[in-house]
Amino acid sequence: MLEVENIYKDYDGKPLLKGISFQVNKGELVCLLGSSGSGKSTMLRIIAGLEVPDSGQIFWNGEDITNKPTHERGFGFMFQDYALFPHRTVAQNIAFGLRMIGKPKDEIAALVQKSLADIHMQAFANRQVTELSGGEQQRVALARALAPDPHLLMLDEPLGALDHNLRTELLKELRRRLHESRKPVIYVTHDQEEAFVLSDRLLLLHDGLVVQEAAPEIVFRQPANAWVASFLGLGNLIPAQSLPNGRLKSEIGEITFSEPLPYQPGQDLVLLLRPEDAILNQSGEKFLIQLEAIVQDAVFIGEAYRLEVSAGGTKLLIQSPRAVSIGEKISISWPESKVQHLSR
Amino acid sequence: MNLKRSKSLTWLLWLIPLAFLLVFFYQPLLAIFRQVFSERFSQGWQFFSWAQITKPLGFTLWQASLSTFFTLLIGLPAAYLFARFDFPGRKTLRSISLLPFILPTVVVATAFNSLIGPKGWLNLILMNLFNLNNPPLNLLNSMPAIILAHVFFNTSIIIRMVGNSLSRLNPHYDEAARVLNASPWQAFREVSLPLLLPSILGASLLVFLFNFTSFGVVLMLGGPQFATLEVEIYNQAMNRFNLPMAGLLSIIQLVFTLLITTIQNRLNKPRFGKAALSSERKTLKKPTTKWQKLFVVFMVIILIILFVSPILSLVSRSLVTFEAARGERGNVETGFTLRYYQELFKNTSGSIFYANPLAAIRNSLVYSLLTMLIATTMGLLSAYALNNSNKANRWLEPLFMLPLGASPVILGLGFLISFNHPPWTSGPYPILIPIAHSLIALPFVVRTILPALQSIPNSLREAAGVMGAKPFRVFMEVDLPILLRAIIVSLTFSFTISLGEFGASSFLANARTPTIPVTIFRYLSQPGALNYGQALAMSTLLLITSALGSLLIEKIRLPGEELF
Repeated sequence: MLEVENIYKDYDGKPLLKGISFQVNKGELVCLLGSSGSGKSTMLRIIAGLEVPDSGQIFWNGEDITNKPTHERGFGFMFQDYALFPHRTVAQNIAFGLRMIGKPKDEIAALVQKSLADIHMQAFANRQVTELSGGEQQRVALARALAPDPHLLMLDEPLGALDHNLRTELLKELRRRLHESRKPVIYVTHDQEEAFVLSDRLLLLHDGLVVQEAAPEIVFRQPANAWVASFLGLGNLIPAQSLPNGRLKSEIGEITFSEPLPYQPGQDLVLLLRPEDAILNQSGEKFLIQLEAIVQDAVFIGEAYRLEVSAGGTKLLIQSPRAVSIGEKISISWPESKVQHLSR
Repeated sequence: MNLKRSKSLTWLLWLIPLAFLLVFFYQPLLAIFRQVFSERFSQGWQFFSWAQITKPLGFTLWQASLSTFFTLLIGLPAAYLFARFDFPGRKTLRSISLLPFILPTVVVATAFNSLIGPKGWLNLILMNLFNLNNPPLNLLNSMPAIILAHVFFNTSIIIRMVGNSLSRLNPHYDEAARVLNASPWQAFREVSLPLLLPSILGASLLVFLFNFTSFGVVLMLGGPQFATLEVEIYNQAMNRFNLPMAGLLSIIQLVFTLLITTIQNRLNKPRFGKAALSSERKTLKKPTTKWQKLFVVFMVIILIILFVSPILSLVSRSLVTFEAARGERGNVETGFTLRYYQELFKNTSGSIFYANPLAAIRNSLVYSLLTMLIATTMGLLSAYALNNSNKANRWLEPLFMLPLGASPVILGLGFLISFNHPPWTSGPYPILIPIAHSLIALPFVVRTILPALQSIPNSLREAAGVMGAKPFRVFMEVDLPILLRAIIVSLTFSFTISLGEFGASSFLANARTPTIPVTIFRYLSQPGALNYGQALAMSTLLLITSALGSLLIEKIRLPGEELF
């Protein structure tokens, strides 16, 4: 089990990590999700021993390994650019980690064969890695990282260098391989789709801190704050301010919830209104929010239409099951159960 | 102009530089061969003994190997220092370390003379400290002096070439190795070293080649008992007037040079694709551990001693009279003086044999200006010829590339044999010297202009042509503005090369038409404090001009262009 405790790290004199703590349990796949510059790669490098934290500790099965040299940790790491050794063949690249831990030659040969078979690349054993396509390089890099049977596997944006189609294809394969390996995995990405598909648990990093730590579904349903909702693109975010007695005021008017809100009066909030929860042209007591709007754009997106509407100057995105013409006046509503308020 | 005629104009582009090379490079080379083999037919192989060849050849190989070894000893850690560590003064120290490459050999020889020679600072300080009458150290005319000067010259090559690969080496390779359970030492041995090895080997061979063909340094710092092939060629031709012997040594020298260049070219080919050496990365770090700090401090001190002390010593010694005991008649004079510089510009034609310095400065300037024009014109034409993707190109390209390895001494010898008669030697400024200098500068000019030319997409010219520009207009409006930087660099380069050129000039500049480096050499081989001082003063002026030239080149040159 990996425990990360209160890690601080400055970069070029500016704080990058401001006290990060989390755990990775046996066989668990954890995704570090954040925008570029959020320090997620640095966090990974600190766990691998490629960088030293300014303060804080890393424990592996209770042992403090913060100052242990990289090569004694027994962790696997896959780089975004794969870093396959260009002066070695595919087989030699996979064998490298096995040689370093001093496995006997025949055992190495057998393990390399097995690795190559796992990625269906037996025929590539003696190829130069510089001759491989992006997808092949990615497979070899993963095989190389897994070959020495590491205690923990870390992947730094392993699909970042590939184009979209290949990405979707390899994501499925990656998911299968990682689950089959039954190893604890830390996966760094800025792509929420990858994170949702792969992870058991998500860690959202923002501004040097863990903003939310939960299973993907929970993160999706109950984002911890406005940044999470905005980063994941969950829907319309409308700035608001809390008032006493379950009320708040916003651009789209004053709203009264049936229960008191857990905020100080005057605190800055946002309302999250999801496009897919909007109900068109119905009215009644059951709706917390009802708005009159003019359709400005309508795009067919397959399962529905995506509408861009203007409600008294506030632009909103709405999902509609049927076509609506541009310029049409519509009413849109959200029931109280679908209106979320988040702190900023 | 119809299309056919414009095609024949392209041929003209070929013809001019080709004729220039045939007449001034291949013809003299042939003359050397003819000299040697006609001698062989009239005398058999009796005109020399094997020892006359094996001794200088053996010494050349030996000193080149030793010099290369010591250059690597300092150059590799220095390359690592500049590629990995950030420390105060890094940029300045790096610029200073790269300076020697452009310094004329006479300047370097004089600088080391002013440091370790009998009248140099080291001896003066020791004499003053211990009240001695004679210089206690005799470091001049020794192997260490030669090696020291070679290390001074060539460390910059290692720093540039190996440092470049080091800073472009993807740091993830080393990290990937360590994550795959390799210790730092294993990671270096198994991954970083093999990836850097081609550039280390390539740089070493280039350094070896430069040491192998070293002339001025060995002649001036080595003294009579040390003769490399080139020095022996000079001795045989200029002191013993044995041209066949000089020719034979030249042929041997040429064979070895070609051999080394061929191997070097093979090694220079990129081997691991773009992956291994990508664009420059931010790999600079402040030294953090105790060992790193110690390394940085140690290397900075070494580099300052190696690079700064000879130059400072030259400049300061040229401004100081410090005549101990048996100097000149009268009292011992010590202190600051501008006398050496003033003497340079006095038109005293005291000695018949050693021409006055003013004439040398005037001659050198005229030669440099002529070289500038000839080398850049020929370079431009050659670059255009080489840039054309003709069938004939593959045929003719080797003819153009061969002179790139030409040794100034062999060129001087060839010129001496072929052109030592009017009209080549007549007039106040015999055209022979600038032509020789142009041939030496030509490779640098071609290597500067050709990449710039290749960077111009042909569609630009076609677009201009479609819009109605005639070929000459196209050249003026499209090519010239893009090539301008490269042309200015070439002009500066050929000017500074000509100004400091010593090898060929030592054959061709006679007492009537001396150049600055030849005059410095003559001053230095004469006794007396004034001669010594004037050699220092002239070298200092040459040093300043060369440094300004290289500064200008560094400023204008596009990043990423390599000159060797």
